[in-house]
Amino acid sequence: METLELPKSFDEFVDARKAGFLKVKEYVENGGHLVGMFCSYTPLELFDAAGVSVVGLCGTSNEPIADAEKVLPKNLCPLIKSSYGFAYTEKCPYTYFCDFIVGETTCDGKKKMFELLNDIKETYVLHLPQSQKREYAKDIWYQEIKLLKEYMEKRYGIEITDEKLREAAHKRNELRKTQMELYTLQGAVPPAMKATEVMSTLAQGMFNFGVDAQHASYKAKVDAAKEAVANGAKPVDEKAKRILLTGCPSTGVIQKVGMTIENNGGVIVCLDDCGGERTQKMLVDENADNILRAISDRYLEIHCSVMTTNEGRIENTREMCKKYKADGVVEMVLQACHTFNVESNLMQKMCEEEGIPYMKLETDYSTTDSGQIETRIAAFIEML
Amino acid sequence: MYQVGIDIGSSSAKTAVLKGGEIIKTILLDTGFSSRKVADEIYAMLEAEGITRENAGYVATGYGRVSVPYADDTVTEITCHGKGSYFLFRENGTVIDIGGQDTKGISLKNGRVMKFVMNDKCSAGTGKFLEVMTNRLGLTPEELSRLARKGKEITISSMCTVFAESEVISLIGKETPREDIAFGVIESVVNKVVSLLAQVPNDRYFLTGGLCEDAYIIGRLAKALDAPVSSLPLARYAGAIGAALLCK
Repeated sequence: METLELPKSFDEFVDARKAGFLKVKEYVENGGHLVGMFCSYTPLELFDAAGVSVVGLCGTSNEPIADAEKVLPKNLCPLIKSSYGFAYTEKCPYTYFCDFIVGETTCDGKKKMFELLNDIKETYVLHLPQSQKREYAKDIWYQEIKLLKEYMEKRYGIEITDEKLREAAHKRNELRKTQMELYTLQGAVPPAMKATEVMSTLAQGMFNFGVDAQHASYKAKVDAAKEAVANGAKPVDEKAKRILLTGCPSTGVIQKVGMTIENNGGVIVCLDDCGGERTQKMLVDENADNILRAISDRYLEIHCSVMTTNEGRIENTREMCKKYKADGVVEMVLQACHTFNVESNLMQKMCEEEGIPYMKLETDYSTTDSGQIETRIAAFIEML
Repeated sequence: MYQVGIDIGSSSAKTAVLKGGEIIKTILLDTGFSSRKVADEIYAMLEAEGITRENAGYVATGYGRVSVPYADDTVTEITCHGKGSYFLFRENGTVIDIGGQDTKGISLKNGRVMKFVMNDKCSAGTGKFLEVMTNRLGLTPEELSRLARKGKEITISSMCTVFAESEVISLIGKETPREDIAFGVIESVVNKVVSLLAQVPNDRYFLTGGLCEDAYIIGRLAKALDAPVSSLPLARYAGAIGAALLCK
């Protein structure tokens, strides 16, 4: 059994955090391997096929930001600062105990942060093309995924076979289908649950070790919600205004934006960020001859504002507005996220074309602007 | 049945009482340190005139809206200013509400809020900016406008209130005439407000909030917007009037 050391400041941690650390420590000590990742472009099937658990390390809390700012500039996206801060302060068990971190070049801030993160924890950076448009874009991405596969094989002394990849692709597809079921429950009038519940389920699910455990946790939520609805439960007011929440990853603002919407007469019926339906509805062709290529192709399809151009995202949101009968669109842009911030102009135009009221909120993980954010959100819902 | 609207802003608490669609009473108080205390004070003042829970409905708005324990409902100041302005001006257009801590642009169509903008956490272009500058110059708001009329072009370039204050201090240090500084201060607010309003453009504007009787500022806004800006002394109560109208 491998013996691992806990962070130096472990004794100062609160009990919940201590428990988290001990759980991960035990997993790793028993031979479990863990890799940290940040982004929906990370080809999860590769890790599944290698028998390695992969956890999302996107920082969603304001807590380590002050410490991160000792190294990183203040005027940077809170997700980047928070992610780095958790590694820097050794307060995240997953970051602390993972074998290495997989990053990607999805934005300049992250890309450069990874260079610094690498000094704390080995960070492997996937190089994304700037766009899906060029003929050779898919080839570039395929080469990147192949390189990562070779790296993993060498690192762990294993062979990632096509059979294992195919099995992983199948399991991930099934997980995505369950996630889609969870999203689709919100299409009902009134929706099956508050979206803050969906957000918490998804966020917690990510911290399960392995795809099966994650799948089981989502499935349990879907079944529980279906059963509750069948028993006549109506957790959401029928008159609640139906909001589509788009923009940057929203887990870090569940409280500030999500709960504020749902406490002020609204309900989020569609979570339109990169972890949402837009991404999860894309499946890997499990029967493709070249399974690795099918995996890399699927990931490059993802509509991220870092791609130029990125009409796919806007068109998908247009479709989601109809599918989920949205009364209004709220776009949440994290401070200093240039790509989503600029692209919000196109989102707003689409909403105008569809006659759906639109509001953009630019915010971070702190509570400094909670009062103003609440007034804006409440006024927007009153307006609908 | 009385309809009571209470608008507790960051600097002042405004109350409007309506009966049969007519404004029969308004009260203006300083918010002071406690929204709760001023809310109780308002209740007592109305009670003394026979307006009580027995015969009145209450709707609270403004940032202190959550501190009015006897309110039947709370509504944001954006909806209330929109509704109150339409009641006062009987016209569609864009409402400019320069408040103590926020400035808002509210676009009205058929008397309803269609779109709104609000300054972010920064206090540039709000009443707070004017308050800090008038204090620094040792003036009252009325004196600031009166002096500005005689002032010459001076640009205060910092948008941030704290930096702008340092800029004003250095102008004072250089013995720049107070008139010119006053001019620069008001232009700074006007420019910031106009840039905010670019997202809710209109051919007609209404000014609500505490500056509603300041003819100089209204004039400068109209010039910068190149469109008519109307106001009324009652417009400082627009939020409270809107809230009163929302009483069931």
